[in-house]
Amino acid sequence: MKITAAAHAHKPLSLSDPDGFKYLLITLTLAIIGLFLVLPLATVLTEAFAKGWLTYRDSLTHPDTLAAIRLTLLTALITVPLTTMFGVCAAWAIARFEFSGKNVLLTLIDLPFSVSPVIAGLIYVLVFGAQGWFGTWLSDHDIKIIFAVPGIILATLFVTFPFVARELIPLLQEIGHEEEEAALSLGAGSWKMFFKITLPNIKWGLLYGVLLCNARAMGEFGAVSVVSGHIRGLTNTLPLHVEVTYNEYDFVGSFAGASLLAGLAVVTLVIKTFLEWRQAQDLKSARVASE
Amino acid sequence: MPQSHIMPGFRPAISFTLVYLSLIVLIPLSAMLLKTFQLSWDEFWAILTNQRVIASFRVTFVSALSAAAVAGIFGFIIAWTLVRYPFPGKRLFDALIDLPFALPTAVAGIVLATIYQPNGVIGKLVLAVFGVQIAYKPLGIVFAMIFIGLPFVVRTIEPVLQEFDTAMEEAAASLGANRLQTFIKVILPNILPAALTGFALAFARAVGEYGSVIFIAGNMPYISEIVPLLIITKLEQYDYAGATAIGLVMLILSFILLLLINLLQGWLRRRNGQL
Repeated sequence: MKITAAAHAHKPLSLSDPDGFKYLLITLTLAIIGLFLVLPLATVLTEAFAKGWLTYRDSLTHPDTLAAIRLTLLTALITVPLTTMFGVCAAWAIARFEFSGKNVLLTLIDLPFSVSPVIAGLIYVLVFGAQGWFGTWLSDHDIKIIFAVPGIILATLFVTFPFVARELIPLLQEIGHEEEEAALSLGAGSWKMFFKITLPNIKWGLLYGVLLCNARAMGEFGAVSVVSGHIRGLTNTLPLHVEVTYNEYDFVGSFAGASLLAGLAVVTLVIKTFLEWRQAQDLKSARVASE
Repeated sequence: MPQSHIMPGFRPAISFTLVYLSLIVLIPLSAMLLKTFQLSWDEFWAILTNQRVIASFRVTFVSALSAAAVAGIFGFIIAWTLVRYPFPGKRLFDALIDLPFALPTAVAGIVLATIYQPNGVIGKLVLAVFGVQIAYKPLGIVFAMIFIGLPFVVRTIEPVLQEFDTAMEEAAASLGANRLQTFIKVILPNILPAALTGFALAFARAVGEYGSVIFIAGNMPYISEIVPLLIITKLEQYDYAGATAIGLVMLILSFILLLLINLLQGWLRRRNGQL
């Protein structure tokens, strides 16, 4: 900020910044983005293909990699719908009704965002682990949660918890309830109102939340790492597979897995940009229509 | 107390919300609290005042503060440039800012370690020119935390700069202020709440970060071991009490940070309302 201020001083009585200053800032911006964002993305690819296409392909088709991909997809398939359902319910209750304790509820919904992922894993170990609350009962009944798939799903549910709710609450509040009330007073049932009025109104915001939730569910590392146990072919998600192979100095294998996750990140960013654009368009046309 | 009597669905929606919240968040979190209560105060204190634990807290907080400060400055420069100056490819670069949000932390971790290690692309250069090693040193932790903190700052400052009324700058200039005075007296005070919020968000994220840090950190106890890693190490040694006590302190700190961020965001909203 000091640099900015000092450079501004060169041209007094002016509204726009001097050209030299402008180019300096554009160069700095491109340098930061290039070194901190573009270079890492490019490095994933160069490292993944460091030993050629065939090694890359063999790494990806290795049974452990395939098992990791399957587990990652399964985790997302279970967690994303649950987080979405929670998000819609929470947003409906919070945005459409007044009740005491609403602010506390909002803070609690945000809480998983500010908790370290490692703690997200730790708390489930304390409940379901061998020494945890239900540890003895679970082992007596031969049910495995920690160091098994259910633990991975629970930890992922925790870290993705706020994703959909946080998108929908402000959106529902902004849209208002006039259209919904009109539909109800014209005789529509609750579900009809929801599917014909509410859902079309929030669809871009909902997809946005689902998209980010999915990216986090597939990419979560810290929380899942605590509860997974890193059992090859069984409890390694793709991010954990990346870690395990990296620590075994199988860099091509690690970066091959990483290239899939980086691809997921890029696709997520592209769809996200599209959804932001669509949402802005919808808001604009809604404003024009109301005028 | 529903606000409108004809709106349906309050009971099922709030019931599901509260049950789900309790099952996924509240009950597991309270397990941590209850587990810590099984310790005597002396035991709890002994865990936290252990030299290795204190060192890991120091490493984590010093790194997170430095990283949030650097991310704050970088983020401000990027937000300013993206909002104020036209240049080719701007939309692409703008979309790229969110990469650290979207890139899984394990991927970020191995990539950053590869780039900054002594024979990596940047690591080699920095070692040759400045004689400083980044990866496997405390400095590596800071670099990883800058990476994950950057989008928080840009995305908080950007909308405020976009909404900023340039008429205020015009007024200042027409009253004889030079660009520096306008910047310090008009622009900076209006951007400050957003900048502080971005800084706090980046800091909060960096303190709890695990995946992108551990590959580059070197993980030497007392020197480059972060708190989340120490928690995992204790768990792997079946020291549940130790892991839980440290975890509870981290949880309380994140709670305080969350409240602070909420206050900052309230301030930010009020300031913007005034504009």
